[in-house]
Amino acid sequence: MAELTKKGIGGFLARQGILVAFVVFMVGFALANQRFLAIDNVFGVIRSSAILGVMALGVTFVVIGGNLDLSVGSMMSFSTIVVLDLHDKLGPTLAIPAMFGLTLLLGAFIGFLVGYLKLNSLIVTLGMLSAIHGLTLTWSGGKNMDIADKEGTWFSVFGQGDIVGIPMPIIIFALLAVLLSLMLSKTPFGRKVYAVGGNGQAATFSGIPRARVVFLTYLISAFCVATAGLLQASRSLGSQNTVGQGMELEVLAAVILGGASLLGGSGTVFKTVIGVLILGFIQNGLLLIGLEFYVQYVVTWVIIILAVWLDIAAKRGRLWSPIA
Amino acid sequence: MTDQTPVLRLEGVVKTFPGVRALDGVSFDLRPGEVHALMGENGAGKSTLMKVLGGIYDPNEGQIYVAEEPVTIASPMQAKARGVVFIHQELSLADELTVAENIWLGELPLKSFGRVDWNKLYADTDAILETLNVGFDARTRVGDLSIANQQMVEIARALTVDPRAVIFDEPTASLTDAEKVVLFEVIADLQSKGVGIIYISHRMEEIFKITDRISVLRDGQYRGTLNTAETNEEEVTQLMIGRKLDLSRNESHHELGDVALEVRDLSCGELFKDVNFQVRRGEVVGFYGLVGAGRTEIAETIFGLRDPSAGQILLNGEEVRIHSSMDAIARGISLVPEDRKGQGLVLGMNCRDNMTLPQVDDLTAGPFVSDGAEVAIFDQYRDKLDIRTPGWRQTVGNLSGGNQQKIVIGKWLSMHPEVLIVDEPTRGIDVGSKSEIHNLIRDLAAQGYAVIVISSEMPEVLHVSDRIVAMFSGKVMRTFTSEEVTEDSLIQAISGLEGDKVA
Repeated sequence: MAELTKKGIGGFLARQGILVAFVVFMVGFALANQRFLAIDNVFGVIRSSAILGVMALGVTFVVIGGNLDLSVGSMMSFSTIVVLDLHDKLGPTLAIPAMFGLTLLLGAFIGFLVGYLKLNSLIVTLGMLSAIHGLTLTWSGGKNMDIADKEGTWFSVFGQGDIVGIPMPIIIFALLAVLLSLMLSKTPFGRKVYAVGGNGQAATFSGIPRARVVFLTYLISAFCVATAGLLQASRSLGSQNTVGQGMELEVLAAVILGGASLLGGSGTVFKTVIGVLILGFIQNGLLLIGLEFYVQYVVTWVIIILAVWLDIAAKRGRLWSPIA
Repeated sequence: MTDQTPVLRLEGVVKTFPGVRALDGVSFDLRPGEVHALMGENGAGKSTLMKVLGGIYDPNEGQIYVAEEPVTIASPMQAKARGVVFIHQELSLADELTVAENIWLGELPLKSFGRVDWNKLYADTDAILETLNVGFDARTRVGDLSIANQQMVEIARALTVDPRAVIFDEPTASLTDAEKVVLFEVIADLQSKGVGIIYISHRMEEIFKITDRISVLRDGQYRGTLNTAETNEEEVTQLMIGRKLDLSRNESHHELGDVALEVRDLSCGELFKDVNFQVRRGEVVGFYGLVGAGRTEIAETIFGLRDPSAGQILLNGEEVRIHSSMDAIARGISLVPEDRKGQGLVLGMNCRDNMTLPQVDDLTAGPFVSDGAEVAIFDQYRDKLDIRTPGWRQTVGNLSGGNQQKIVIGKWLSMHPEVLIVDEPTRGIDVGSKSEIHNLIRDLAAQGYAVIVISSEMPEVLHVSDRIVAMFSGKVMRTFTSEEVTEDSLIQAISGLEGDKVA
């Protein structure tokens, strides 16, 4: 089409800048360390990205709907602590649904504040980040939570089991990704999420219940967080109160890296999965070339800034502009 | 420099946007000490021209001269530095700051170490305010001032430079008669100092009272300049509207069916009061009035976006309560909103998804949206409305205004509404698409739709309506049939003059 030829190679670079940067990174890491592209390393990266990935799937809905969710890291700690505690008190069969119920309640509360009361999502979820952390510490009394009988429980199956050699976290991540991808791209609800995030007023004028749609995106996000908490708890069978701390930024980085716009209305589940993998491989590569793990915190920040910058640059067609 | 050297002159200015030639070779000159009216219908290019002069748009062709010196104006700051200043219709003041701070915003007088020189600031401001003869001082908080006084602050802001040309954009839109007198005095004062004034307004009465010459734009083209003393309203109107043909009223009446929509004593706070009207099947009812007369608010109330404070809405003779746009849609009411980009479309979405948005819940196969059903609807309305797009995957934001509007109309027609409300259906759309949309509206009525058309363009209202409801300040002043309506009586009605003169 005329449009594509007009933009040419420069346009491709502007739109796919992140992908290009990713390839450059990968080639660099592969040259620096032979192990980087080894099968077991690749598998390991995907596996360790699964928990982050599951959370990013939910946040994708929130971001496309035009909002932010900075509470997911703190909420994941809550889910993990709660399910570990209830495991010994109620048994795993009851603990899991109870934990999902409580986490969804938190999501519903956020969804109510942002959707129905129309409060700014940044403020609401930043506040909830702190509030939920307080809730978690209250629940645990500030102590680490451990399952008493780590050998004798089937609870470990979600985090440690595998089916035909494929680790369970990867299977759950993949299943959820397919399910949510269909939901977002194929169902009426998915269409409404794009409409609400793309132009909320036009959505209202088209008879779309904007508040309900926003509410539901937070419910989906909470469901994903609960799943991530389950994976985390099942993998380690014990946890600190701060296990999810800082993950909200990594999740957001993955979603934006995938190309979802912070302004809402664009992005896909598939792209988010790509974003998660990019982030995972870059962090892994940094470790393999011998950098300390804490370097990744800085790198993650750089990646977020780069992604946001390229997103804006692609919109206005150049890297810098005097007028916003 | 003689007195006749124009302070501002335009030569062959052209500005194009994708699909629209917004300014097409505009030339005119502004002499020192004159008040020069700039007139034209909505969409004729006045505001585009102002943005070119103000350095917001870069013209594609043509030359601007300030005092016969060719210049390029690349930013609002440059315009001001050259003595070309604007008094905007929409005030752009910071409510929480004082009058003085607003006036000198961005160029506050400074002392050493970057401290603001408050004494100088207030003294300078009071000096300017004195020449304007206003009843407030430099330290007043802007938020505490009336709209008229806020406008005076805007004017004072313009006077911080030695202006050569001052451009007033609909300055009297929100002023009372007494406040207008003060404004006209200020204008006369500027005039006596040799400043050239461009005065944009729709109000003929003012134009003939205070201007020396009148330049007219139509569809982006310069249509000529008249000496105010030697012309009359009719000549100006003719020049503005041009196509005498389009001034013709609608004469094709269709067979009218039952009353589809009736509104009884409907009020919504201060926005509109005690509104009564009926719309029959097969009928187009035009709502005409100035911006702010309450027309859009009535439409939004019927569509469930506002809660009425009193009154009834009846659909097919039955009273209904509509609390949301979902309710309205379920009852067969469709609204093509006024702001196409803000309210009508999700610009980043493709054509098909925009069109099917209100009914996406019903177009499913199993849990999923049915691609086939959606494409079928899109194809049907693309053909019916002659929407020109490479395909349904095209992002709506890339279409021309006319095609965008057709997508919105298609979106609501595909809902098969009982009542179709279209608000400013041709705003910002080129002439060709305009008449297509007008024909479409007449066709819809012929097919038995009950249609409400809200418009600020008189030719449009005259052209499509079977009956015309004239509104002023939230009230229905009068309802005309297309036979009895005259331009004069219509203008009087929407200016609130109906009580004084009987048409």
